[in-house]
Amino acid sequence: MDLSDTPEEAAFRARLREWLAAVLPGLPHQPSPDDWPGRRAYDLGWQRRLHDAGYADVHWGAPPSVRLIFLEETEKAGAPYVGANFVGLLHAGPTIAAEGTAQQRERWLPPILRGEEVWCQGFSEPDAGSDLAALRTRARRDGDAYVVTGSKIWTSHAEVADWCELLVRTDPGAPKHRGITWLALPMDAPGITVRPLRTLAGSAEFAEVFLDEVRVPVANRVGDENDGWRVTMVTLSFERGTAFAGEVVACRRVLGELAVEARKNGRWDDPGLRRRLGRLHAEFRALWRLTQWNVSAAQASGGVPGAGGSVFKLRYSHARQELYDAAAEVLGPDCLDLDRPWTLDRLSSLAYTIAAGTSQIQHNIIAERILDLPKGR
Amino acid sequence: MRFRLTDDQRALREGVREALARRFDADALRAAAEGAAGAEGGTEGEGMGRRGVGAGSSGNGGGGAGGDGTVRSENGAGGASGSASAGERAGVSGVGGERAGRAGAGGRPVRLAEADGGAAGARRTAGSPRLDRALWRALGDLGFFALRMPEAEGGVGLGLVEAVLVFEEAGRVLLPGPLVATHLAAGAVPGAATGETVVAAVDGGLVEWLAEADVVRGDATGAVPLRSLDPLTPLHRVPAGRPAPDPVAILLSAAEQLGTAVRVGELAAQHARAREQFGRPVGAFQAVAHLCAGILVRAETARAAVYAAAVTADPADIAAARILADEAAVRGARDCLQVHGGMGFTWESEVHLHLKRAWVRTQRAGGVTQSEDLLAAALASETV
Repeated sequence: MDLSDTPEEAAFRARLREWLAAVLPGLPHQPSPDDWPGRRAYDLGWQRRLHDAGYADVHWGAPPSVRLIFLEETEKAGAPYVGANFVGLLHAGPTIAAEGTAQQRERWLPPILRGEEVWCQGFSEPDAGSDLAALRTRARRDGDAYVVTGSKIWTSHAEVADWCELLVRTDPGAPKHRGITWLALPMDAPGITVRPLRTLAGSAEFAEVFLDEVRVPVANRVGDENDGWRVTMVTLSFERGTAFAGEVVACRRVLGELAVEARKNGRWDDPGLRRRLGRLHAEFRALWRLTQWNVSAAQASGGVPGAGGSVFKLRYSHARQELYDAAAEVLGPDCLDLDRPWTLDRLSSLAYTIAAGTSQIQHNIIAERILDLPKGR
Repeated sequence: MRFRLTDDQRALREGVREALARRFDADALRAAAEGAAGAEGGTEGEGMGRRGVGAGSSGNGGGGAGGDGTVRSENGAGGASGSASAGERAGVSGVGGERAGRAGAGGRPVRLAEADGGAAGARRTAGSPRLDRALWRALGDLGFFALRMPEAEGGVGLGLVEAVLVFEEAGRVLLPGPLVATHLAAGAVPGAATGETVVAAVDGGLVEWLAEADVVRGDATGAVPLRSLDPLTPLHRVPAGRPAPDPVAILLSAAEQLGTAVRVGELAAQHARAREQFGRPVGAFQAVAHLCAGILVRAETARAAVYAAAVTADPADIAAARILADEAAVRGARDCLQVHGGMGFTWESEVHLHLKRAWVRTQRAGGVTQSEDLLAAALASETV
C-alpha cells in the first residue's frame, strides 16, 4: 500500500502545478451564472487552454491515478470547473471513444478536446427518472434518418449545447432495456424546443427539451440499433468513478473556512459544534481516502470503475448535505441570507442524493451487485 | 499511488484468517460466550475465591516479566475499595507502574481448562471469562504480538499496515484477550512478544482483562471489577486518570472495529438471503436490503480511512479512522441485529457479541470525542 506518487505521477503533478501557477492569474473573470453564452465561452476557453497545454484528454487517456492528480491539483489551485464541457468530456466523449466508429470518433472527439463544441445529455424523461430504461421518446426509422418525438428533462447546458447524447426508443415491442438506441442529436435541428427549468435554488441549471419530429441521420447512431442501453452503461460508470474527486477537495476547504468563520462569530466556543466539524473533518478525509482506494482499484482493473463508485457516491452525497447543514449552524440566522454563498450551496446540495442515481437506487445497486441480495421491489 | 493491498499483504491476511479459523472459529466464539454465561449462572463453579491461591504465591519465580522477577502483589495494597474482595484487589499495586504476575514469571501459563486460580484467578469476578493461554501462545507463534518488532530482535519485521490487517482479522472473529496491550508491549515486556506473558493496560478509567494478565501497564491501583457488558471482555474500573492514548493503540482498535463492521455486514447479508418471510427472502425487501447496503458503505469507507492511517501514521488520519470505524462497527452491528429480527435478540445468535465488543472498543483511548476534538483543532491549523 503506497499513498505517495510514483516518479511519473510526481512529475505530472509538478508540471501541472507549474502550469496552473502560470496560467491562472491571467484568466478572465467568471461570468455570472445567468449569462449562458458567457459561461459557454468561458468554459470552452478553459478547455482550449488545457488542450494547448497537453491536458485535454486527461479524463480519457490518462491512467486513473493521473486523472485524480489532475482533479486534485486543479481544485486546489482554484482552476475553473469542467462546466459546460462536463457531458462532452465525461459522458458523451468516453462513450464515443469506447463505442463509436473511427469516423464518429474523428468527427466528435477532437472538437470536445479542443474546446469547440458543447454536449448536453438527453437521458431522463418526466416519466423515466430512476427507471431510466422506461424512457418513451420515440425514434422511427425513415430512410437514412430517425424521426424523433418526445421530451427530455434535467438537461444541463441545453441552451448552449451543439450536441445532445440522446437515448430513444427504437423498438417499443422489445423488453424495455433492449429497445433503446443512442443517438447524437444536433441541437440546431428543426423541431427542438428548449425550456429552462428553474430549480429550488432559484437558478436555471437545467432545461426541458421537447422534440417534435426531429430528423437525426442514422450515421449519428453510436452502437447498434436497440443496443443503446449497454452503450449508455459505459458512460454511467464513468460518472460514478472520479467525477466527485475535485469536490471532496473543495469540501475540505469549505470545512476549514467554517472553522475560521465560527471562530470569528464565537460559535467555536460551543463544543457540540466543534465536534460536529471534527466529525465532518473525519468524514471528508475518509472520502478522499476512499477516492484513492477506488482509483487504485480502477487502475488495477484496467480503468473500469466498479460498484465502489456507488459506495462513494452514496456516502459523499450525504456528507455534502451534512457539511452545508453544519455551515448553517455556523452561520446562525445568517443561514437564511441568500447572499451568503453557503446558503445557496446548501440548497444545491439537496440535488446530490437525487442526481446521477438516487441514494435509494445506489443502495439497490450495492445490495444486488455487491451483496448478491435478490432483486426486489 | 498504489493504495491497495500488495500480494504479500493479501497473503498475510489470508494466512491469518485461516489460522484464526482453525483456532477460534464461530463455534469457539459461541462456546466461549456460553462458558461466560454459564459461569455467571454458577454452573462451572469457577467463581472467585474458590481456590483462592493467594496473591503472594503468584508473583515469585524467576525470570520473565518485571526484571527482578518478583512481583509485589499485596493484598489490599493500593487502597482498592468498594466492593472488591481481598482476592480481587490482589496484585494491583504498582511497581514502577508495571506489574508482573504469575504466568510470565512462573513459566507455566494457566490455560482455560486448568483454572486453578492464582493471583489472576483470585482477582477474577464471578462469570468473567478465562483467557485461553494455549490460544495466546499460538497467537505468539503466529507473530501476532512480535509483528512489528525487528527481525534482529526476534520479531517479524513488518509494519503498521500489516498490523492493521491482522487486527482486522482478530476483530472479525472477536478474538478475546488484551490483544492491543500485549502487542504494544512486545519488546518492552519480556514474554509479551511470544505470547508467554499476557499484558493488560490501563486505559482511562478501565482495564480490560486485568485479572488474567501477568503484567499490567499503567497504574491500576484501586482497580475494582465491574460486571462487564461484553461476556468476553472482563473489565476493571480504575480511578480515572487522564488518558494519553498511544495513536497506534487507537489505530489497532479501529482495525478491530473494521473487522467487526465487515463481519456484521456479511452476517446480515447471509441472513437476508436465507431467511424467508411472505414467501421470499427478506433481502428482497428494499427496507431490509438497504440496511445491509448501509452496513457495507460504512465498512468500506472505514476501511479506506483505517488503511490510509496505517500508511501515514498521521494522528489526524488515525483520529478519522477511529471515528469512521467506531461508527461502522456499532451502527453495523445494530443494523445486523435488526436484520436478524427476533433471533438477533437471543444469546444464541452471535450478533450481540459483535455489538457488545464494538461498544467496549468505543470506550478505549478517550472515546470518540477525543478524536473529534483533535480533528476540530486540526481544521484551524490545516491548509488543504
